[in-house]
Amino acid sequence: MAAYLIRRVLGALVVLLVLSAAVYVIFYALPGNPAQLVCGPKTCQADQLHRIETELGLDQPIYLQYWHFLVGIFAGRTFSGGPEAIHCAAPCLGYSYQTGEPVTSLLLDRLPVSASLVVGGFVIWVLVGVGLGVVSALRRGRALDRVVTTATLAGNSVPVFLVGLLLLLVFCVYLRALPFPGYQPLTGNPALWAQNLILPWVSLSVVSAAVYTRLTRTSMLETLAEDHIRTFRAYGLSESRVIRRHALRGALTPLITIGTIDLATSLTGATLTESLFGLPGLGQLLVTSVRNIDLPVVVGVTILAGAVIVVANMVADILYSVADRRVALA
Amino acid sequence: MSTDALADQVAAPAPEGGAGARSVWRALRREPAALAGLVVVLLLVLVALAAPLLTALEGQDYTSYHDGLLDSARGGVPAGDLGGISAHHWLGVEPKTGRDLFARVVYGARVSLAVALSATILQLLIGLTIGLAAGLGGRIADAVLSRVTDLVLAFPALIFSIALLGIVPQSFPRPVLLVLVLALFGWAGTARIARGQALTLRTRDYVAAARLAGGRGARLARREILPGLAAPVITYAALMVPGNIVAEAGLSFLGVGINPPTPSWGQMLSSATTWFGGDPMYVAIPGVLLFATVLSFTLFGDGLRNALDPRSTSLSKRAE
Repeated sequence: MAAYLIRRVLGALVVLLVLSAAVYVIFYALPGNPAQLVCGPKTCQADQLHRIETELGLDQPIYLQYWHFLVGIFAGRTFSGGPEAIHCAAPCLGYSYQTGEPVTSLLLDRLPVSASLVVGGFVIWVLVGVGLGVVSALRRGRALDRVVTTATLAGNSVPVFLVGLLLLLVFCVYLRALPFPGYQPLTGNPALWAQNLILPWVSLSVVSAAVYTRLTRTSMLETLAEDHIRTFRAYGLSESRVIRRHALRGALTPLITIGTIDLATSLTGATLTESLFGLPGLGQLLVTSVRNIDLPVVVGVTILAGAVIVVANMVADILYSVADRRVALA
Repeated sequence: MSTDALADQVAAPAPEGGAGARSVWRALRREPAALAGLVVVLLLVLVALAAPLLTALEGQDYTSYHDGLLDSARGGVPAGDLGGISAHHWLGVEPKTGRDLFARVVYGARVSLAVALSATILQLLIGLTIGLAAGLGGRIADAVLSRVTDLVLAFPALIFSIALLGIVPQSFPRPVLLVLVLALFGWAGTARIARGQALTLRTRDYVAAARLAGGRGARLARREILPGLAAPVITYAALMVPGNIVAEAGLSFLGVGINPPTPSWGQMLSSATTWFGGDPMYVAIPGVLLFATVLSFTLFGDGLRNALDPRSTSLSKRAE
């Protein structure tokens, strides 16, 4: 187990290194001159431009820039060009061109919003998806099963922002049952927090709920057809006990991997939901910084997204081996 | 060349699953939902192709402003019922600009389908090349390519797409850029399927025979392996199209996709968010179209999968 963990962590670090290098080089090589972006479009003087270049190290070759960036993440770095030097403590991802804030604190500010959205959505889509999937599998071929299967096809076809728009139209414009959502921190008023997030949660979860229903149904049907389930039935165990104690466990194990990775992907990738409902999360941070070509923030969000996924993949494998004892981590 | 083509035809194996078009059609006919999907898809393609003709018939175009049709007292929403639907404007007009909605959604269909279909083709080309190279190449090639495939499959693609689309200079033609970005992150599923199939097929007798006869490399892959891949890859591709449509709409919704004044459904929905109180038709029309399009492609793709491979029941790519 320990050897496996060490190998996985080292592997993940290599992947992250490659990923961050690719991201850094692509984004800093692409848009022309980043110093020009910092300095402003037209008002920039030549000496001003030059000072910013040296200050940010943009006059160095790209691999050196990346090296400093990497060192900054682990050990912090100091930006100095003019008389004053700015020390940026580890983990340092640089400063926003737009606001001058450290990228790390920008990310930390946005994280709770994204987490609130994703965790709530995740709970809904897992509960609805697994519930419908199990019921549908147990009623295979009946009317209910057919309704659910058709509904999942439809659910799979609605883009997130369409669900969101529809919900806004119904609940905020026509029924006026809910206020137009705006983010309220959990630490302030939990009821208000949930009330404001209910529509985003539902929008985010529709597509995933449809996918999970399908997956659960298939997986449940496969498990119910397995030999050991037949054996339990032959022993005379009640049907509900067979399902609850034995079939569910086997059927839901494959969902652990998918669930973990989906949770991680949505944490940074719920951009459309955040953007539609005006939630100031990580996805929205990316969209606004992309619009302003705020490179340090773009690179920061992208690398964070990659890191979260890489870690989630590792966690998923470990969880899976714990849940399914047939899988050995070797 | 001609003898080559003939030899291809004669030698073309018919592995299981690679059933002829006729038997696929027969199986597909038993899936009413898939047929309905196919009809809507064909209709949409026709509408997209005939967009200039249809707008000429209506007598409108998608760029002209019609201030006179707006109700300035109510903040610029279209005058009249249902978003200003009339004999001159079949689906009404846009709020604030008064541009003809029919013309805009019809041209939007063009963008949506062109981008999604091109992206799918490119994804297939990349995926097949990498998958076959991994499945048929040596162990090192397989290890490296499979690792890259896993990496792309687990990539936060949306985040990267947004970042790339936003950073590339606006002078680069947007639809082409969208296709490239979608293809860049969307080929991994195909590669995985192609690799798996190639690993199975390479051990078959007819492939071994071809190899003994001196066939190798790209030629062997093209003539002996590729035909056996048709069924799983076609089914997979049919479900990639709606995914690409949603992706394009989403990116345009976020403002990093198709640039105005070229219309796109996602972009229209994005500007509709500020108007849905006063002009719900502006949300409804592109919204319903987008939903219908994606649903039709999904129904067709799902039916095609059932027809080609009756064993599988799962829908998403995660259930491969």
